[in-house]
Amino acid sequence: MTVDLSLLPDGGVGWLDASGAHSDIVLSTRIRLARNVDGYAFAARARDGERLRVLAQVREAVSSMPMLREAVMYRLDELPPTSRALLHERHLVSKELAGLDVQHPLRSGAAVFLADSLGLMVNEEDHLRLQSLRSGFALQEAYAAIDKLDRDLGTRLPYSYHNEFGFLTACPTNVGTGMRGSVLIHLPGLVLTKEIGKVLTSLQQMGLTYRGLYGEGSEVVGNFFQISNQTTLGRSEEELLDQLLRVVGHVVEREAEARRVLLRDAGYIIEDKLWRAYGTLRYARSLTFDEAMNYLSGVRLAVGLKLISSLSVYTLNKLLIFSQAAHLAFAEGRALTEGETNLARARYVRKALEEEAGSVG
Amino acid sequence: MLCDSCHERDATVQLTTIQDNAVHQLHLCERCAAERGVETTVAAPKHPLGEFLHDAQQQLAMPNGEGLRCTFCKTTMADFRATGRWGCARCYTNFEAGIRELLRRVHGNHRHVGRSYHPPMSENLERSAVLGELKDRLRRAIESEQFELAADLRDRIRVME
Repeated sequence: MTVDLSLLPDGGVGWLDASGAHSDIVLSTRIRLARNVDGYAFAARARDGERLRVLAQVREAVSSMPMLREAVMYRLDELPPTSRALLHERHLVSKELAGLDVQHPLRSGAAVFLADSLGLMVNEEDHLRLQSLRSGFALQEAYAAIDKLDRDLGTRLPYSYHNEFGFLTACPTNVGTGMRGSVLIHLPGLVLTKEIGKVLTSLQQMGLTYRGLYGEGSEVVGNFFQISNQTTLGRSEEELLDQLLRVVGHVVEREAEARRVLLRDAGYIIEDKLWRAYGTLRYARSLTFDEAMNYLSGVRLAVGLKLISSLSVYTLNKLLIFSQAAHLAFAEGRALTEGETNLARARYVRKALEEEAGSVG
Repeated sequence: MLCDSCHERDATVQLTTIQDNAVHQLHLCERCAAERGVETTVAAPKHPLGEFLHDAQQQLAMPNGEGLRCTFCKTTMADFRATGRWGCARCYTNFEAGIRELLRRVHGNHRHVGRSYHPPMSENLERSAVLGELKDRLRRAIESEQFELAADLRDRIRVME
């Protein structure tokens, strides 16, 4: 059985449409809530039978929920690794749920429900990981949606909750609200002006943290950072989000300012560098993932600075997702070696840029 | 306090190591710490769990932490130390005192002030389970064209909803 992503109305990548606020700097906003179903050991500690019972209970609850009535469910534990990798690359499931993390083998009962911008992972580190994913900078909208889903689901399933500690989670860093809000942001201006160190340090002083493109444990590539709240306990959801909103808003301003400085003080150097990135993507015959990410970062900056006008942010967003290994293998219809992947990546990027080229330059 | 290694400079780094299940503590100056590969000017984000696990380690070394086992999932402090994860909701009650202190360290607080929650009444849950089963039977009845049974099931579902 392979995964059929055509079941999802937009292939699960509606969040790439570059529609939200500041979409040239902020790619997407994600909020997730960690919840556990009372009466069972947490997923990693539970027996196979327990996890399957959790899944059955969740399926029953979901079947009568208006918000998830149209949801598509994928049983990760019944999918081959290539399909699981595809879902992970699309940011629809975590590495752990997809069983792609060496430390966490694939679990029985691992599943995900997907409906528009909402997702519900079952038997991840916690029994339930609710998530809401939006294009651009949209914390309030994302929270409103996830809160509604959470309140409804919580009347149909008994969550593990402690009067003093709040929502109980496997990892103590998630306990309390169980909420992690994160904003995926592109900061090439701050990296090039070497301001990024200061910005990241001040984030931490404000109780926020940052990670790479794929969340916890992932490296920063292509100047993409995920900024999120560090603590989940002792402050309300609104306070945590408000803090994130204010700080990320400030970072966006700093990035915009850095871009202005770059253009003013080093205009032609920057322009040359970014066009070279574009040239490489347009004509290279082999691209590693990191290379592609770094050049795409340059081209994205060029589009943001209006140096390249005929390329849409949406195309760039799509390139980030579809130039990944599992997507390329899926498009080619077979497993690819690393070398073949790099060739296929260059071919894919070339074609996508050619199609939009028209008046570039 | 002077550095345990060179006995010359002031100790500014407290290094905790675990060897053969015993905790060793060293007080080092920055230079001696660096020689042992301990980075003292860390720029990478510090994961709060690091400190947390360190504390759990300390607690384990105390006589009281030893041998405590969750009554529901059988998780011990040693399990928690190895994985950084609790085994079930009951762990939070069984290890409550320790957890309170540790949460204070990780989050700067141990009291949840976000949205409060009351689990649904068990009658509701039972009702939803019965409804689920009835709907399932209705689907099967329709599939197997037992329309009389289907009509009966639909009526029962309507009453419950």
